[in-house]
Amino acid sequence: MTAVQISGAGMTFNPGSDNAVRALDDIDLTIGHGEFVSLIGPSGCGKSTLLRLVGDLITPTTGSIEVFGKSAEQARLDRDYGMAFQQAGLFDWRKVAANIELPLELIGWSRSDRSARSKEMLELVKLDDFGDHYPWQLSGGMQQRVAIARSLAFSPRLLLMDEPFGALDEMTREHMQSELLRIHAKTATTVVFVTHSISEAAYLSNRVVVLSPRPGQIHSIIDVDLGERSDAIRETPAFFAKTTEVREALRAVEASA
Amino acid sequence: MNRLGFVAPPIIVGLCFLAIWEGGVRLFDIQEFLLPKPTSILSALRSEWAGEIGAGRLTNLREAGFETGKVAVIGLIVGVVVGSLLALATTRFRLLRESFTPLAVVANATPIVALAPIFNAWFGITGATSNVAVVIVVVFFPVFINVARGLTEVHPNQLELMRSYAASPTTVLREVRIPNALPFFATSLRLAAPLSVIAAIVAEYFGGPTNRLGPVITQNASFARYDNAWAAIVVASALGLVLFGLALLIERAIVPSGRPIEID
Ligand SMILES: Nc1ncnc2c1ncn2[C@@H]1O[C@H](COP(=O)(O)OP(=O)(O)OP(=O)(O)O)[C@@H](O)[C@H]1O
Ligand SMILES: [Mg+2]
Repeated sequence: MTAVQISGAGMTFNPGSDNAVRALDDIDLTIGHGEFVSLIGPSGCGKSTLLRLVGDLITPTTGSIEVFGKSAEQARLDRDYGMAFQQAGLFDWRKVAANIELPLELIGWSRSDRSARSKEMLELVKLDDFGDHYPWQLSGGMQQRVAIARSLAFSPRLLLMDEPFGALDEMTREHMQSELLRIHAKTATTVVFVTHSISEAAYLSNRVVVLSPRPGQIHSIIDVDLGERSDAIRETPAFFAKTTEVREALRAVEASA
Repeated sequence: MNRLGFVAPPIIVGLCFLAIWEGGVRLFDIQEFLLPKPTSILSALRSEWAGEIGAGRLTNLREAGFETGKVAVIGLIVGVVVGSLLALATTRFRLLRESFTPLAVVANATPIVALAPIFNAWFGITGATSNVAVVIVVVFFPVFINVARGLTEVHPNQLELMRSYAASPTTVLREVRIPNALPFFATSLRLAAPLSVIAAIVAEYFGGPTNRLGPVITQNASFARYDNAWAAIVVASALGLVLFGLALLIERAIVPSGRPIEID
């Protein structure tokens, strides 16, 4: 079954004016239920824009986007999305646990369910002792982990993540990757994941979409099937072959740009 | 130690300042009408604090301070409430925001107290209404502008997040905009509290009942009772400080200490 169907989608910012930017052009992409798809490409090629289109944060200037068989807007209104952005975007006036509980509050979960879930999520991102802190009392990487916990809290059907692990150190990053894969395997959540890291894309994804810039277009799509993943996979020839394939695609994009 | 260490230096400096003042006036034999000694002001404060009016006395400082305080506080409360409510309205109604906010920004940069004599013509010169009106207008603009900024200058990520939760505008207002505006509101209170006392006294210079700090200062000055005028100024300063202190307490209560005001 199809989770996301992008057909001929294009996005031009400030159309018709002097500073019009053609960020995306004629994107066709189908993402299956439970699939993990990464978007990779040079800075400014439109990865975030594509993610925001899928999340109905902006509306495409051409083409259409369907999510779970309905319009992206309807999917948003049905609260099918969990989102984590490049910046954590936590609410300074809420303590860490209350930040994670906000979406649950809006859906109408009871207080005890909410606090049980936020506790569980804090354990997941290894911040057990920080629920009672304010976000500004945490480091940037810790804030990012809270934002990830928040995006996962209400078990959304579609996770949209924009470089969520960018601010993390290598070890935390690998831990978060494993946790994300575990959640993904357990819940059959569909994930669209923007990253700059070739190895991250190869490790996490079923498919890696390589974008080329100006205007953003799909350059190639690389199937990765590493099967059951563990840290040992990172050192296998199959993993190495996939990272090489992605790297070469990115080189080709850079060369043509 | 901590709190003492915070309070002690300004008190010591203040006392030194008063001592130099006292000593300087005595040493150089400065005329009382130019600059009375702190001790003369203190004794005027004592004798005029609760004195009977008449019998050669121009004033009752307790009553004057209380009445002017009332004008300042009423004007402050009304100005803060109206300013905040209008700021809320502008975030919900685009037309209001685009038409009114620029005007408010301009008005905030002009000396509004200059309106005091005009307000006397509008609201009558004998009652306190025109004085209160001046305070309201003076307080209104900084409150409106700061609160409106706090309500609108929300991090775009946070708005997008709320959008992804399909949150209604009312929910966004309650969960994001209003909490975001609280530090701005607190700042505007800190600005407005002492402003309200200044506005009340300047307004009283131009009209209104005479048992107030403004007229007490002008009348005593015109009868060369500068010690009394200074005593009234001390009462006015105390009033301003009390209101400023209240503003700080409110800030403490609504903004957790250490929370940054940042927008990027
Ligand atoms: N709101 C906007 N208004 C105008 N132009 C925009 C806007 N958002 C993005 N763009 C432009 O669209 C293009 C793609 O931006 P986008 O943020 O999608 O890139 P990206 O691939 O996510 O880059 P990065 O890897 O640096 O995050 C850029 O040229 C950018 O300047
Ligand atoms: Mg981006």
